[in-house]
Formats: sequence, C-alpha cells, structure tokens
Amino acid sequence: MFIFALAFFTNAFAIAWKSTKGEKATRIATALTILGTAVIFVAIVARGMSAGRVPWSNMYEFSITGAFAFALAYLFTLRKYDLRWLGIFVTFSVLIVLGTAITLLYRPTAPLVPALKSTWLVIHVSAAIICGGVFLLANVIAATYLILEKYGDNRPAWAAKIPSLDVLDLLSYRLIAFVFPLWTFAVIAGAIWAESAWGRYWGWDPKETWAFITWVGYAAYLHARVTVGWKGRKAAWLCLIAGSTFLFNYVWVNVWGTGKHTYSGL
Amino acid sequence: MIFALRYVWRQLTSMRTALFLLLLLGLAAIPGSLVPQRTSSPIKVQEFFANNPGQAKLYDQLHLFDVYGSPWFSAIYILLFISLIGCVLPRTIEHAHTAMAAPPAAPSRLEKMEYFQEISGTLARAETILRKDRFRIRREANWISAEKGYLRETGNLFFHLSLILILLGISFSSLFGMRGDAIVNIGERFTNTPTSYDSINFGKLTSPSDLPPFLIKPTNFVAKYNPSTNQPLDYTLTVLTAPNPESKALEKIIKVNSPLKYGDTSIYLQANGYSPIVTVRDRTGKIRLQGPIPFLPQDGNLSSNGAIKVPDMEPQLGFVSQFFPTVDQPKGKPARSSYPEALDPRLFVAAYRGDLGLDSGTPQSIYKIDTKKLFQIGLESMKVGQTYTFEEGSITFEGYVPWVNLQIVKDPGKLLALIGALFAILGLLASLFARQRRIWIKAVAGDKLEIAGLAKNAAPGLENEILEIARKLN
Repeated sequence: MFIFALAFFTNAFAIAWKSTKGEKATRIATALTILGTAVIFVAIVARGMSAGRVPWSNMYEFSITGAFAFALAYLFTLRKYDLRWLGIFVTFSVLIVLGTAITLLYRPTAPLVPALKSTWLVIHVSAAIICGGVFLLANVIAATYLILEKYGDNRPAWAAKIPSLDVLDLLSYRLIAFVFPLWTFAVIAGAIWAESAWGRYWGWDPKETWAFITWVGYAAYLHARVTVGWKGRKAAWLCLIAGSTFLFNYVWVNVWGTGKHTYSGL
Repeated sequence: MIFALRYVWRQLTSMRTALFLLLLLGLAAIPGSLVPQRTSSPIKVQEFFANNPGQAKLYDQLHLFDVYGSPWFSAIYILLFISLIGCVLPRTIEHAHTAMAAPPAAPSRLEKMEYFQEISGTLARAETILRKDRFRIRREANWISAEKGYLRETGNLFFHLSLILILLGISFSSLFGMRGDAIVNIGERFTNTPTSYDSINFGKLTSPSDLPPFLIKPTNFVAKYNPSTNQPLDYTLTVLTAPNPESKALEKIIKVNSPLKYGDTSIYLQANGYSPIVTVRDRTGKIRLQGPIPFLPQDGNLSSNGAIKVPDMEPQLGFVSQFFPTVDQPKGKPARSSYPEALDPRLFVAAYRGDLGLDSGTPQSIYKIDTKKLFQIGLESMKVGQTYTFEEGSITFEGYVPWVNLQIVKDPGKLLALIGALFAILGLLASLFARQRRIWIKAVAGDKLEIAGLAKNAAPGLENEILEIARKLN
C-alpha cells in the first residue's frame, strides 16, 4: 500500500516535472509499481498461508488479488506499449481498490463454508479475478481515450507522451479480445461448480445474471468492432458500459444483493 | 408478400439487428436481478405481494417475477437465435466453398499492398517455403497466391454453432428433466416416487412413471461449525441406498459438492434442520401422535419454526412451535438460538384446540397453523424429556433428529450444454487468436521477385513473416 502510494506520487511528480527529469521520475515510478505489485503478491501468499487455503473467498481477498492482477496486467502491457504516462491512473486505481479493501472490507481469515470447498474455487474464482484486473485496465485505457479525444492534437503537457488515440483504441480492443475467452471460461467453470454444489448449472442468481450481462456486453463490443466496424469513441463507450456491469456485479451484488453468491458477511 | 418476407428475413439476419438483439438481451436480463424471482425466491415474491399488492399485480402482468421464462424474454432470445442461425448457416456454406477453392488471384500491382518488397529468389523455392509453412497455395505461371488462417472463420462459426448446441441442451432438459425436493429425517427411508416429495416439477415430456426406483435411507448426518463465527465448516450425510428395492443397499456419503448419482439423476444435499420428536397423549393417556416433525430453520443458528398438528382428536389440537438447538433468552427480547448445534435444545409450544381446517379442501403448509378458528390453551417451554400437561391431554418433548433436504434433479441435457460450452471456448480462442492473412509473390525478371501481403483485421505479425520468407529465399 505504502509503496503504491509512493509510486502514485512519483507518477504525479513525473507529470508535474515533465521536462528532462520527468523521464527519470517515470522510470522510478515504474520500478516502484513493480515493487508494489511484488509486495501485494507477498501479502496474498501470506493471507493464503494464514487461512490455510487459497485466499479467494471474500471481498477483501478478491480485492487485493484483483488489484494485483490489474497491476500485473499493466506491467505486462508495458513490455509492448509505452503506457508509463498512464501510470498515474493505474496507481490511482490500485490505491482506491486497496484502500477500500483495507478500510471497509477487511475480515480476519476464516475457514471455508462447505459449499466453497471445491477445486472449482481455485479455477473459477482465479479466472474471474484475472478477468476483473484486465477488464479494469481495458476500461482505464478506454476512459483515457475518451478524455484525450477531446483535446485532439493539442494535448495538455501531462498527456503529451501517452500513445496516440489509435494505439489506445487498439490496445483496449486487444485486452478485451484476450480476456473475453477467459471470462467465458470463468462463467462456464462457475456453471460446472454450481451444478455440483447447488444442483443446477444455471439459475439466474443475481451474480450469474450480471456475469451474463457482462458477457453479452463484451460480446456486443467484439461484434461491433470486428463485424460492424465500430472504432474509437463508440467502441470506448461500449467498453465502459460493459465494464461498469462488471463493477456493478462486484460491488452491488456482493454488498446489497441477495442470492447464492453471498456467503460470509462480504 | 414474398418480397416483404424476404425483407424481414434480411433485416433479421443483418449484423446490426443481431447486435441490437444481443444488447437488448443484456438489458432484458437486468430486471430479473432486481425484482425477486419465483424460481429462486418464492417467499420474497409472496412478501412483495403482501406489502405492495397494487405494484405486485402490475409487475406480475409484466412477468417481472418470472423474467427468464417470460414471453418477452423468450421472444428476444428466440429472435436472436433465429438471427444467429440465419447468419451462421449461409456463412458456413460459404466458408466450406472458400476452404475448398484455391486462394484468389494475386492483385495485378503488388506495390499497392502491405509490406511490399523486392527480393531475389525463385518462385519454385518460394512455393516450397510457403508449403512448409502450411499455406494454402495457388501457383500460376508467374505468381503465387498463398493464404493461411482459415481457422479464424472456422472457429468463429464453430463458436456460434456451439451456442446453438447449448440452447438445445437447455431445451432438452426442460422437456425431459425433473427437479424435486424432499425433507427426510435421519433414520427414515425415502423411496423415489412422486408422493415422497415435498415439491416436484416434471419437464413437459416427462411423466412420474419415469422416476428411477431408487431408495435412500439417511443413517447419519454430521454438521461441523466454527465455534467463533458459527459458520458451517462441513456437512457429511451418510446414507444406505439401493438402485431398486430388489438390490442390496450400499453405504454412500453425500456432501455439498459431491452429490449421489443414479444415471442422469443426481441427489444433492441442499439444506438441513431439526425435527423435534414429540408424543401427544389425550386425557386418558392414549398416544395420539408420536414422531419427529420437521421444523423450518429461520436463521444461521437454526432457530426453527414448525407446527405440530393432531387431527385425530376431538377437538383437534395444534401446537404453534419453535425449536432452538442452543437456546438464548435475552431479557425483554424473544428467544433465539445462539449456536446451530444442539447444545441446550428447547421446544416452545403454544397449544391450541378447535378445528385445524384440514378438511376444508384448501392445501395447508405443514409448517404453519391457521389459528383464527382456534382457542389458545397455553404456552410452555420444554427441555428434552419434559412434559406439558393441560386439560385436553399432554405433549412430551422426547428429543430431536436432524433432517436433510434432498434435492433430486434429472438433467439429461446438461452434457450437451457442457459440450457446447467447451466447444464454444475452443471456437472463441481460434476465432480471436488465429490470424488470417494472404501473401503474394510475383516473378518480375530474372531471379527477382516481388512480395506483399494482406492481414485480415490488421492482425499483427505479417511484416515479420514476410521478412522471414525473404530471408529464407536469399
């Protein structure tokens, strides 16, 4: 958490000091992001060891693992695309996720209820969390696209080194094309698990319904892009709408929703 | 007329309509997650009706309590699937033709295509290299047209056809499946006949006589709880079971994530609770009712409500009852259970006499008593072994047994749906990650060649591929 805060401030610093020293500061920020991600990883492993199981059974655990998946997806993308000037949004998002997890969602480790005792916990939940991280990254990029589109060629100084609109557009598409099959798999793995735990593979439980809506949303996104040829602004909006259904599913259904996916208080 | 039909068909199978229907399907699924559904939470629907009768009536007319079985939801997905079939079938045929035919001719001016280069080499050598890379090749006198990545479209079509397979699986289950629930006390025997069930639903083409004749006798049920959080840790149900009355019974274990299976029928452990064992005697001491009576849990600590009905007396007796496995009686508050295991069990009864209304014809819940026409005799709280005596007789709290809710499901289409789902993922992977591209090579003069290509959907990697071919030719 602390290191991410540091990475965030270094990013902000890099932007403020955009001249020659900005480049150096982004490098430091990226290094700190890598360090921060490694620290979250250690935290996840520690949590798993303290619980004696995979640490994916409540919202606190989903959130820290999701933040890790998101940061990792960002770092992987960095290898091919120079997104370091987006670092400020990325570290800010990680901070928000970790912050809510630690302050609002924290629960001491507890053993699993019987319905969760299954290999599918590892498969279904890890797939869903990775999807969450990559969806979030694709959405951060789509949102950046929409913000920068307004400026056209006269970008403000902080955004001068962010890749061109075309690259952002293509990148958010690539991320979604990569993660869509995984999301499909997560839903199907959930269905197989539901069949053995609840006696039916699909029952329109609120969580299932919203997972389906997200799936439909991104299926529409891929069709709109590949077949109808939507690009740029329209595609970015569709990406954000579909992404918000995922967020809604995660926040609303877990906290205020009812249904079979609500187990131990969050 | 035919013109109009053709117009409608073309509109329906257009990509824009399909996209619109897809988004509409997503939107249509939303209300079902916000309004309680009869299929998943019937009690909440009843509460909704009780609290807002007017609104509930309007909602009901809009099928908002059965969204996923409603005509409008069905209409959307049926239209979507018709559109999908209308789109995919012609494309499958077309794809089969293209896959069989040779790649199209090379364009006349390669320098206008992507990654154009002039290299040295011979066409024959180029052909060998391309063949080795498993390109589909059309060789003419002075050019080669090569194409690769048909897998993309194959995967795409495969994915959409798999979706149809999933839908077929679901419909097959709803026609030939069944689903029922039975509450069974530990020690009692369950025979798989419709009358043994508390609730049962058959598919449209299934009949009660199709039930396999198995027997299940739960012999032991162990529930473990976490003493600090009261959360369940493990449920283990041991049963004696036989596929039919003639076979020898075998001991089997049922757990939450591992159901018992007979063919395509699965038996799930879904819920558990307590059945207090009571004996009701009349004034003369004659036993009028004896046995375990299932109570319904109201919370995580298994505070349970139930009804003990004694119709074989004049006047009839009824006991509106509560059972607490570990009783907790805070001052000024109603009693409740503080732990789901039976550490300090207590049975609370409110005794009534009069007409239970069982002969009126309207079906009654076995967990409730309508006390409107009854006269209250008195209240009592009992420990195990205690007896409450009143003018008309007595009731003794003998003990308790756990009960389990067995959910029995026949889902013959689920394998088809699963195969469809797995194929869909494979198809999806192929269609998203296979790169379709063409490469053309032309002989110019001497051993000079021209090379260029075209990648569908701007798939990356073609440039490197062309450079690599050029390198090999050199």
